[in-house]
Amino acid sequence: MTEWLWLFLDLTLILLLLTLAWLTCATHNNQKGVTYFIAFGLLLALAWARLKAPDLALAEAVIGAGISGALLLAAIKHDDDAQSVNKLPSIKLWMVNLLTVALATLMGWGVWHGLELSDGNRLADQVLAQVPESGVTNPVTAVLLNFRAYDTLLELAVVLTAVLAVLTLNPMRKTYVPAEPILQTMLSWLVPLLVVTSGYLLWVGAHAPGGAFQAGALLASALILLQLAQPTAYQAINLNWMRFLLIVGIAVFVSVGLLMMFLNTAFLGYSSSWSGILILVIETAATFSIASALAIAYMGGRPDGWETFETSTSSGHQGGKHS
Amino acid sequence: MISEQLLFALCGIGIFSIGLRATLIHQQLLSRLLALNVCGAGVFLIFIAIAYRGETQIADPVPHALVLTGIVVAVSAMAMALALRHKLKDLNDE
Repeated sequence: MTEWLWLFLDLTLILLLLTLAWLTCATHNNQKGVTYFIAFGLLLALAWARLKAPDLALAEAVIGAGISGALLLAAIKHDDDAQSVNKLPSIKLWMVNLLTVALATLMGWGVWHGLELSDGNRLADQVLAQVPESGVTNPVTAVLLNFRAYDTLLELAVVLTAVLAVLTLNPMRKTYVPAEPILQTMLSWLVPLLVVTSGYLLWVGAHAPGGAFQAGALLASALILLQLAQPTAYQAINLNWMRFLLIVGIAVFVSVGLLMMFLNTAFLGYSSSWSGILILVIETAATFSIASALAIAYMGGRPDGWETFETSTSSGHQGGKHS
Repeated sequence: MISEQLLFALCGIGIFSIGLRATLIHQQLLSRLLALNVCGAGVFLIFIAIAYRGETQIADPVPHALVLTGIVVAVSAMAMALALRHKLKDLNDE
């Protein structure tokens, strides 16, 4: 009986996911598309929870649905509603359809055979056997910050690069009007709660679902809420420290790696008695970096005063042009 | 083979295909970006479905770590794409 119930729930979830994916892609109205996309992200978080991936469920709910939604909504705020849509010629449309169906069939066949042939263990047993030596007991954190620490280091570099591009391209978006009193009051509870929860997730990541990414994203959402509802309070914060927080993750990660190289002969090769504390140090730094990166991404560009170098060179350039 | 695993993997393939088709068809930048992200979510779902090892066992943590990395990279790539779109609009308006 319970098996049928599970099957029913699974099928409902899958149908909803497919429908929302289709709706997100089919609409030409940006606002609708973004709304469907946020709902899709939330349902995806449920799917992760169903497939025993609680770390991902947390990350998806905060990042996939929350922060991407905020970024997208801010980006389409000034769009025109009416969009001109050019229809593709039907021959091209059918070629695309045919290609997609062929690719999907091929992938379906591949996945089917892959699942049928393998014993389903792959690296799992090996990783789970090594987890006690990694310094943490949550296997996902062990993989992220110990076994495959290189990946995570490079990921932080990717995030930094993307945010540097955002900073280079545009000035910060104009701030919003202060929010209504109800939201203001709620915020005075919500922001401290978000900060505390983020600290909790960072700490608990060592032995239960959580970790630097989820904690960083929660901290970023606190900053985004402040920016939305209390622009004056947000402006009062000196934003310059965010520049330092932006690189502190990579800086700490690389210095720990180098330190380990001198002590233990391998880059990022932790000595097992210290690895727990080293992972916590790296994760704390990464949390701050990710929080400031996502908050800057939401600001949409550089705040006033961050471009002192650029303005001085560009004004010099203009002066040269005039003479 | 576990049936949920196959169901969710097929769902992932479906989502990937829907996203891929829309990425190729749409001409508007934002619709394309949304479709590309849907496409990526499909890939993540395939990964996690394969990592699932049934009710009683812990799922394979390696794909979980990869997908966690992927989610964060996807959101920063999206932020960069939105910034590029903003710049493009500014340049077109001038």
